[in-house]
Amino acid sequence: MTDLQSLEQHPPSPSPKRPLVVMSNVSKSFSSGTLALSDMSLTVESGEFVSLLGPSGCGKSTALRIISGLGDVTSGTIDWPASRINAKGLPEGDISFVFQEPTLMPWQTVFGNVYLPLRLRGISKTAARQDIMACLETVGLKDFADAYPRELSGGMKMRVSIARALVTKPKLLLMDEPFAALDEITRQKLNDDVLRLWRETGITVIFVTHSVFESAYLSNRIVVMKARPGRVHADFPLATSLERGPLYRTSEEYRATCEKVSQSLLEAIGFPLADGLEMH
Amino acid sequence: MSPEQSLVARHRETMLRILIPISVVIALILLWQVLVTATGVPQYILPGPGAVAGALVKDWGTLSPALWVTTKITMAALGLALIGGVGIAIFLVQSKWIETAFYPIAVILQVTPIVAIAPLILIYAPTTQVALLICAFLVAFFPILSNMVQGLKSVDHNLLNLFDLYGASRFQTLLYLKLPASLPYFMTGLKIGGGLSLIAAVVAEFAAGSAGAGSGLAFRLLEAQYRLNIPRLFAALILLSVLGVVIFGITSFIAWLSLHRWHESSLRREN
Repeated sequence: MTDLQSLEQHPPSPSPKRPLVVMSNVSKSFSSGTLALSDMSLTVESGEFVSLLGPSGCGKSTALRIISGLGDVTSGTIDWPASRINAKGLPEGDISFVFQEPTLMPWQTVFGNVYLPLRLRGISKTAARQDIMACLETVGLKDFADAYPRELSGGMKMRVSIARALVTKPKLLLMDEPFAALDEITRQKLNDDVLRLWRETGITVIFVTHSVFESAYLSNRIVVMKARPGRVHADFPLATSLERGPLYRTSEEYRATCEKVSQSLLEAIGFPLADGLEMH
Repeated sequence: MSPEQSLVARHRETMLRILIPISVVIALILLWQVLVTATGVPQYILPGPGAVAGALVKDWGTLSPALWVTTKITMAALGLALIGGVGIAIFLVQSKWIETAFYPIAVILQVTPIVAIAPLILIYAPTTQVALLICAFLVAFFPILSNMVQGLKSVDHNLLNLFDLYGASRFQTLLYLKLPASLPYFMTGLKIGGGLSLIAAVVAEFAAGSAGAGSGLAFRLLEAQYRLNIPRLFAALILLSVLGVVIFGITSFIAWLSLHRWHESSLRREN
């Protein structure tokens, strides 16, 4: 954590007093005895775009699941200083999750799939229609409301999944390698869409990925994780004066960021050539 | 290919799909008639299709009430099996322990040959018809139960996580996720159960040996055999086949209706 740069001032984060989520000394071991996370601490402020980057098995998905409430911690705590907490200790309704697979119900139309979170809250279809159509418009699928998932391409299914995550107007969007299974062109397109969403809505995003380029392009903070057991290796705030877009992808700044993050990732893996790479 | 041409081509394929099996059946019936005429087999051993058709018309007064009885028992048994199978499946998957405790009982009921239980059921049931109904139910019930249990347990884990994440209640998860997700399994159970309930209704009537006005097609079939009225036996047999085909058609149509929009089993491959 040597090269700290000034934190990017990104609209519309109003520099909140209280962080959104605080993980303190969280450890997680599975019943098989594997220690997935060891003493991990992470504080995420409102409006941040944080990438969790690391090799497979470093516990980044586990960390995300624990934050979402899908898994329990073995020790340590998770706090939500800025939210109202329900009986399960979760700020229910404030969190949405986008899985690696689109995870759509094949028997429901696009509309029905996006309606699900609201339906589970007992909101009628008529009352929900406007919000659902707005979310579908955001992801560019307004004309596909009546289509079934099987009629859509992989990228479009992922967009439906994102629309479903947005329909509850969450404060925090958790994304678990959402574009890992997509082709490079679709992936770049969806990266731009997620960036635009983040800019427009001011939502906080925690994005799990194993791609250096993806994390460097998207985030304003990258947390590099180390495996066996999973823990934080490095924490980079990323600043850029450039608008993130095609121009940024070819900029010297982006290249430098990728190099710096790659270097840190290699250290995290304990790759023996890490020193050699520095000479370039 | 222009749109009109492809439409014509598709219609042609549909027509052929219907015409080819019908022609094969007609050809077989003709062959049957030719063989019977050529060999001169006596009617009490193998009647020709003409004689069978004649018996169907002449004995319609005896056969149609029997057909109605068998239809009623089959449908009632299938209906009860659907309610029971789905209901008990939902009950069984509520917890691992409930399933451990009760599933073996369902298996025991299933593997015991129905003909062997029939005499016992006859003793306990108030009327023969109720006994037949119970027998047909027991046979049709199991495939529906086991398919439903399989379906309810095969729900995509990510979708279950998603429902958990949004704080869905047990009932909501059942209604919006588990039941729709197990629809393809239910339809398999329905198709198998539909066929089995007719078979069971006939086998049980053989075992029960019912008689009189309330008897079904199976009894009429046995009666015709005792009287060496083979054309009538064939006529009863044909009615049973037709009933079986109709049940198969209805259950397949229901399966198609509920699955064709989304499930792979009802979709044409697009390549």
